[in-house]
Amino acid sequence: MNNRYTKELTKGLLAENPVLRLCLGTCPTLAITTSLKNGLGMGAAATVVLLCSNVVISLLRRVIPDKVRIPAYITVIAGFVTLVQMVVQAYLPAVYDALGIYLPLIVVNCIILGRAEAFASKNPVLLSAADGLGMGLGFTLTLAVMGAVRELLGAGTIFGLPVLHTPMLIFIMAPGGFFVFGLLIAAANALAARLGRKPAQKSGCAGCPAAHECAGECQTGGNDQ
Amino acid sequence: MNVTLGILVLSILSENFVLSQFLGICPFLGVSKKLNTAVGMSLAVIFVMVLATAVTYPLYAYVLEPHGMAYLQTIAFILIIAALVQLVELVLKKYLPALYRALGIYLPLITTNCAVLGVTLLHFTKGYTYPQALVNAFGSGVGFLVAMVLFAGVRERMEECEIPKFLQGLPITLIAAALVSLSFMGFSGIANGLLGA
Repeated sequence: MNNRYTKELTKGLLAENPVLRLCLGTCPTLAITTSLKNGLGMGAAATVVLLCSNVVISLLRRVIPDKVRIPAYITVIAGFVTLVQMVVQAYLPAVYDALGIYLPLIVVNCIILGRAEAFASKNPVLLSAADGLGMGLGFTLTLAVMGAVRELLGAGTIFGLPVLHTPMLIFIMAPGGFFVFGLLIAAANALAARLGRKPAQKSGCAGCPAAHECAGECQTGGNDQ
Repeated sequence: MNVTLGILVLSILSENFVLSQFLGICPFLGVSKKLNTAVGMSLAVIFVMVLATAVTYPLYAYVLEPHGMAYLQTIAFILIIAALVQLVELVLKKYLPALYRALGIYLPLITTNCAVLGVTLLHFTKGYTYPQALVNAFGSGVGFLVAMVLFAGVRERMEECEIPKFLQGLPITLIAAALVSLSFMGFSGIANGLLGA
């Protein structure tokens, strides 16, 4: 049994990394990773929401009627996001300003709804908590790596400490986000190939909890091959 | 008039929702492979963005804020958007079946799309009035359409290219998006001139 918990906890780091392997939650990944600090802040906020919502949804899994499950999940998630928002605003005002509207937008982060639908609604509480924590840590790790790379190249600093003398501003602007993210996925694919796994071929849509409802447009209109 | 035009240019070009604000990336990457689906999805987004703004703006300005319930913003907005999308789906199905066939399949997707929730929240951080918010919502939707259509074209060209193996699939798509985004940075000065800032 212990093995199972370890597996749920660690799968999010690489094997099923929500961002790099499942391609979920791309919007915050691109938007707020202009510095290592922002990446960690966003990752921590999302992890708390993910852990809490997974626990509550798992507890309620026999109570919520199947037909209204998505609105029910969204309500639970929105509740926790509002809580996190208030805590961050009160104790970490600088992080609150840096994250801007991406903090309330955790509500529609498909990682959280996706885990609720794919895992917490079918598994017992402790296992769901492990899954939520593991996925959250994977998300945080990815955001931290993205943030560190972009901060180093774009601002020449790490955690605000100067490292490089000639920063390339473009890396902390919008195009740099897309570029670094593309290369990071390529790197994760290469690493996965070395470990004998398939590259991430799905685009965000296929892992989206609403995918089955949109008549397969996403899957066919999705990524190459 | 100039302010309205400024907001429109700002929301369509220089602060393009997808390419500079990173909202609605999932459909941007997922549905942009074919031109017709890209257009269908974008039209549905424009429609829902304007409608969602029309409902949520007065709700926040006249109900939540004056009664000290501003903290309910996130939860109230997402529930309203979800309910609204369901309602629109039902109405379209019954009265405008042709439009439903064109846009219907995209509607459930849009409920959990961060672009729609994002636009309704952004009006307040930017301090727009109600008419300005509606213009901004429309412009943001059109900006989404422009980005989707442009990118669908880029991806069609990419189909015929030989791409190094390690970049195939998602990585090259993102790098292409970086270049499109780079070209949109060229618009950044236009809106400031119009707004007289």
